[in-house]
Formats: sequence, structure tokens, C-alpha cells
Amino acid sequence: MKIGGLILVVILGSVLIYGSLEFPTWGDPASPASRHVSLYYIEKSVEDTSVPNLVTAVLADYRGYDTMFETIVIFAAGIGCIFLLRIFRKEETETRLYRHIATGITLRIKKGVKFPEASAAFERIDSVWVPHDFIVKTTCRLIVPFIQIFGLYVIAHGHHSPGGGFQGGVILGAAMILYAVAFNLRSAIRRMNERFTVVLSTIGVFIYAGTGVLCVLLGFNYLDYSALARVFGVDPVMARSHGILIVEIGVGIAVMAVMVTLYYNLASAGKHDEGL
Amino acid sequence: MDAFFNVLISRANYWVYIVLMMIGLYGIIAKKNLVKKILGMNILQTAVILFYISIGAKKNATIPIIEHGHDAAHTAVTATLYINPLPHVLMLTAIVVAVATLGVALTLVIKIHQQYHTLEENEILDKARE
Amino acid sequence: MIWQIEMVILIIVIILAVGALAVKDLLGAAILFGAYSFMMCLLWAIMGAVDVAFTEASVGAGVSTVLFVAAVFRTSRRTED
Repeated sequence: MKIGGLILVVILGSVLIYGSLEFPTWGDPASPASRHVSLYYIEKSVEDTSVPNLVTAVLADYRGYDTMFETIVIFAAGIGCIFLLRIFRKEETETRLYRHIATGITLRIKKGVKFPEASAAFERIDSVWVPHDFIVKTTCRLIVPFIQIFGLYVIAHGHHSPGGGFQGGVILGAAMILYAVAFNLRSAIRRMNERFTVVLSTIGVFIYAGTGVLCVLLGFNYLDYSALARVFGVDPVMARSHGILIVEIGVGIAVMAVMVTLYYNLASAGKHDEGL
Repeated sequence: MDAFFNVLISRANYWVYIVLMMIGLYGIIAKKNLVKKILGMNILQTAVILFYISIGAKKNATIPIIEHGHDAAHTAVTATLYINPLPHVLMLTAIVVAVATLGVALTLVIKIHQQYHTLEENEILDKARE
Repeated sequence: MIWQIEMVILIIVIILAVGALAVKDLLGAAILFGAYSFMMCLLWAIMGAVDVAFTEASVGAGVSTVLFVAAVFRTSRRTED
């Protein structure tokens, strides 16, 4: 298998290298990829949409259909992960571990035995447990708000600097994952439980698709943001800029919820009781 | 010999990208472990994205953000001063699809491990045949 | 940009890619993949693709590595291949 794979890869690589002799030289301004449509995008973006970041303008306005289906793809990945992995029945098939805080004695509670979930003297621990780490927990508690503010900044400032909806959504999701790794998974689920993440991801997709439907209801084409000029009371150029901001917010919310869902399901293998 | 050297220098970076793609493809075909296969798939995806981004580069051009944003609406924008933004847009979608595929693939790996208690492809096929 | 930096990063990228597929410890492979992702982000920043580099830094060197480590934690860590 390895020899066959090696031969196949060498043959394919040499065919591709032979094909690369016809390419234009690197960095040529007259190469075929840099003419035709992208000339129009570079020259006319700012006067059509008044958004200086060309990548955000093309992504959310000129090629808005692709971005909508990309949001639906990542939403489908989150839903698929839930359906494949999640175990919903709450049967107590394993032993749970509890630790007495004062003396450090660990109790192993067998299945079927009742034990009060939240008591002052005992805490529930994972099967791989490390002692309380002051530095990690304090640093996480200090840093997570700043990470979330930065994520919101990246979403809102996508018009003028590199960034946009997707990057800000991933940063917001990463803040929640950091909280779940530094503390434990159960406290993170208590703050943002599964139903909330699923509802958030659907709200994100609906914001994007709903903006398009709103444009149709106002008489224009689907996802033609100049229809929002009457809703906001500005001229059509600024209405396109505002439309781009609205769909970026939708993408950011959906991506954050899906990242958190993927982490919850992968770190606990579907059971949502103990994590990394 | 001179002409061959010229060709080598001007096309060498494309060859490096092709070598990277072939490393990823070899990982998918020849490795037996499922997580190594997924790693190979991701290496192939990022190598293809690198290849597309290198198509859009231009010499002596700057990043695709129009300077002095709102003033530029009244002055003409020269297209050769800015890098082609179209491959960047397409590759953003490709990165999003790559991370979505990674999430579902790792979910399937965990499910297979729960059923067969191993991650090597030949052992899984043996257990599935009996 | 300076083509020497680009050549050094390309060589590091190839070494990291071969290393991530060759080590026998799956956790080490996940960490090497995180480093590979970050070197790719530097390459794209050199070529002027700042949006794509931002996305790859947050997705590849962030979320993707965490998902790999979580999956390796739930399955086995050693491999003979």
C-alpha cells in the first residue's frame, strides 16, 4: 500500500509539475487572474458600497450567495455533530467521583446510588483530575472578557481593517472554549448550555437569509442591499454598507455557536459530563 | 542549461506547493491510522489554498484595503496598486468548509473508536468482516 | 517581500508537514499540525493576503488544534504507523 501510494503520488506530482511550466510568472500584473472581473472589483467597490476592505465587500455583497451557503454548511456541520455523537438518555451507567474538599478523600459512587449534586463539602471531579491551579484560573477569568471584546471589535470593524464576521465569530467561540478548558466542562455548560448554542446558530443563519428575504419583500432582488435604503433612510451606497454589517453579524453569531457546540461534543464524546 | 536554470528559478515556488500537496495526498492514501488520514486531508486543503493565494499576488502592490477609505470615493483607484482580492474571497470560504469537514470527520473517528476500540484501518476491517 | 524569509518558511513548512505525518504519537502530530498552520498563516501574510492569514491564525492554530487534541484524548494516543 505504501509503495503503491508513493508511485501514484510521484506520477501525479510530475504531471502537475509539467503543467506548471505554462503558468504566468509569479507576481505578474497582466496575468489572466488579475484582469476581467477583479479589475472591476478593485476600481468600483468603494463608490458602489463605500467599504474600503475589498475582501469584505466582495465576500458579503458581490458574492453574497456563496457566503450564505457557507454559513449553512457550517451550521449543518454543527447539527451533524450533535446527531452523530450526542447521547441523550441520562442513565447513570458509570460511577461518579466525588471529592471531600477539606480532607481530599475521593468517593466513588456506584450506579443507582443517590448523591446530592450540589453540596458544600463535596465537589464532583472528572476521572482525570488535577488540583486547583490558581494561576490558570485567575488568568482565564481576567482575560476572557478582553477576548470577547476583541472578537466583537473584529466583527464590527470588518469594513476598514482585516477581519469580518467569520474571524470574529471564531474568536468569540475560542473565548468560551478557553473558559471550558481552564475550569471544567460542566461549569461552561452551565453558563452556555446546549439549547442556547443551537438556538444561536439558527438565529445567525436566519439573520443572513432574512436580510435577503427583506430585500425581496421591498421589491428588489434577493440580497440586493440597496433595497434597505428606505428602511434606514440613507442613500443606496450607505445602505449596502449597512447591509454588509448586518450579514456579518449573522455569520459571526452562527460561527461562534457552532465552534462551541463542536467542542462540547468532541471533548466529552457526546455525554456532556466531563471534558478535557 | 541557462534556460533550464531560468525556468527553475521562476517556477520553483509552484513546485514547492505541488510537493506539499503530494505530501498531503500520500498521507491520505498510505497511512493506516484514521487521525493521520485526517491530518493528510487538512495538509492537502491548506496547500491548495496556498496555491490559489499565490496566483493573486502582484509585484509592488499593497494589501487589498483601499487607503483613505471614504476620500477614495472621489478619486480614481489604480488597479495595479492593489493585490487581486478575488482569490482571497474564494479561499475564505474554503477555510470555513475545511474546519466544518474537520469537525464532522473527528466526530466519526470518535464513533468508530467507540464501536471497534481501535483506530488502525486494517484492524477495523478485520473486526468488521467477522 | 524579502525572498530569503519566504524560502526559510517554506522549508520549515515542508519539514513540519512531513513530521506531522511521521511521528508515532498522535498528540505530537496534533501539535505539529498547529505549528504548520501557524507557518502557513505567516506565508499568507507575506504574500499580502491579510484576511486569509487572520482566518487561518484563528481557525488553524486555535480551534482546529483544540478539536484534534480533544479527539485524541477521547480515543487512543499511540499508533504503530
